Amino acid sequence: MRLDLTHIQRWIAPGSKVLDLGCGNGEFLQRLAVERQVRGLGLEIDPEKITSAVARGLNIVEQDMDAGLGNFPDQSFDTVVMAHALQAVHFPDRVLDDMLRIGRQGIVTFPNFAHWRCRLYLGSRGRMPVSRFMPYNWYDTPNIHFCTVKDFEALCEERGIRILARDMVGNTQRRPLLANAWPNLFAVTAIYLISR
Amino acid sequence: MKTSSVGIVTPQRARFDEPLALACGRVLTAYELVYETYGTLNSARSNAVLVCHALSGHHHAAGYHSAEDRKPGWWDECIGPGKPIDTNHFFVVSLNNLGGCHGSTGPTSINPATGAPWGPDFPSLRVRDWVHSQARLADRLGIDCWAAVVGGSLGGMQAMRWALLYPTRLRHCVVIASAMRLSAQNIAFNEIARQAIQADPGFADGHYLARNTVPAKGLALARMVGHITYLSDDAMADKFGRDLRSGSLELGGEEPAEFQVQSYLRYQGNQFSGSFDANTYILMTQALDFFDLAREYGDDPVAAFREASCAFLVLSFSTDWRFSPSRSREIVDALIAADRPVTYAEIEANEGHDAFLMPIPRYLALFGAYMQRVRGAC
Repeated sequence: MRLDLTHIQRWIAPGSKVLDLGCGNGEFLQRLAVERQVRGLGLEIDPEKITSAVARGLNIVEQDMDAGLGNFPDQSFDTVVMAHALQAVHFPDRVLDDMLRIGRQGIVTFPNFAHWRCRLYLGSRGRMPVSRFMPYNWYDTPNIHFCTVKDFEALCEERGIRILARDMVGNTQRRPLLANAWPNLFAVTAIYLISR
Repeated sequence: MKTSSVGIVTPQRARFDEPLALACGRVLTAYELVYETYGTLNSARSNAVLVCHALSGHHHAAGYHSAEDRKPGWWDECIGPGKPIDTNHFFVVSLNNLGGCHGSTGPTSINPATGAPWGPDFPSLRVRDWVHSQARLADRLGIDCWAAVVGGSLGGMQAMRWALLYPTRLRHCVVIASAMRLSAQNIAFNEIARQAIQADPGFADGHYLARNTVPAKGLALARMVGHITYLSDDAMADKFGRDLRSGSLELGGEEPAEFQVQSYLRYQGNQFSGSFDANTYILMTQALDFFDLAREYGDDPVAAFREASCAFLVLSFSTDWRFSPSRSREIVDALIAADRPVTYAEIEANEGHDAFLMPIPRYLALFGAYMQRVRGAC
């Protein structure tokens, strides 16, 4: 289980209805179903991940977020989750709007591009960072909209999106003190609970 | 015979003497349904799966009728030990629908009122008539609730109708390459097929059995048209291209050239017209045309699906233009809006509508994964 997913679980009420955008192999939804008894629906486009998620007994719909989410009625889910997909969609701002139209609250996680290692890599080498965490070259990466903690909060401000809570994951798992004190510099992954 | 086959199967017959009131207003006083079963019904009677057939299908969905059979049942790719509908775990029931021509009561049966074959006087049927008759077969077999009702194409329409008419009698509804109603284009193709049959002098207004004629040409033509719509452009290109079966296209020669696709279509048409009843074909295409899932729910599919209480698996195929992925998306969107559990995938496949009968790896894997979930609750 990825670390950001263990963090966001506590924001999801037991027995609630959850839409997971880009649910992958369904590991997180399954855990929510077992530990939180949620009624979940996952969206995914990768055929093999869809089959794995279905094998877990989950409800999965093959749908590309970039083509819109207009088929989901307003306020039809308690929580809409999008973990590590914001940077991979064509129109992150529209997806955020849709998330908060469909769900009463949204949970978003994304890699913080302003982490000091990224800055150091870019600053010293003058090239787009490639790391264990972001293992792609610039020309073949699914991550087409990298942003920083500050960028995301500025977008929320601009769009009237309320940040109900945030949590930061740093380099070390134990004590994310630095990451929470200076997130834009030390957070590897940013986690937000948002609503209208 | 493949090792993963259900092996030799024997059709069974159930007679029903309780009159069946039909959607058209007429009553069928008695009727018979011929069916096959594969696998074993468990003691809780909770592992039964109903397979609904498509336009030209029948009860023989899996296995062989004899050791000499060259071809297995029509859905042998999906039914059998270790296959998506795993007969090591499920008890599968597959029947020939009412109005069919493979043993169940239909236009070729004797009308008890006249002592002659029904022919064109056989009552017009709707999908719901099949569902009601299937429910009686379930009663007869002691099945209160199907683990799943499964169907492709017209079979998918029956599965969806089951979910609305008998919501407590199925836990899962599997709808493959289907639609909530046909498009005008679809109805148009069916009309060409019917016209081809009716224009054949051998059809004799449907009384060909009494007159001892056969509308073979018309039925073959109907099948040829249908067959083209079940394949994709790509599939036909792959299979035949512009290959010639005989003759040549060289300049300076008058020898007539025949394309492979021509002889293939003729073969398919002739095979079909030798084994299918023309009145049944008309009846089945009309049931297909008339089906409209949401008609009596104010034309609102969301309201319709609110009647259902089962979970749904919906599958479509990328090159299927007869029942295109967007028709399946309409089903999925309505289910999402009705807050019903739904799983959906569009399978990349070259084979057009016929893909639902083919061993496409992703299709079998996903279908199998879903059926494992169905099994978990048995």
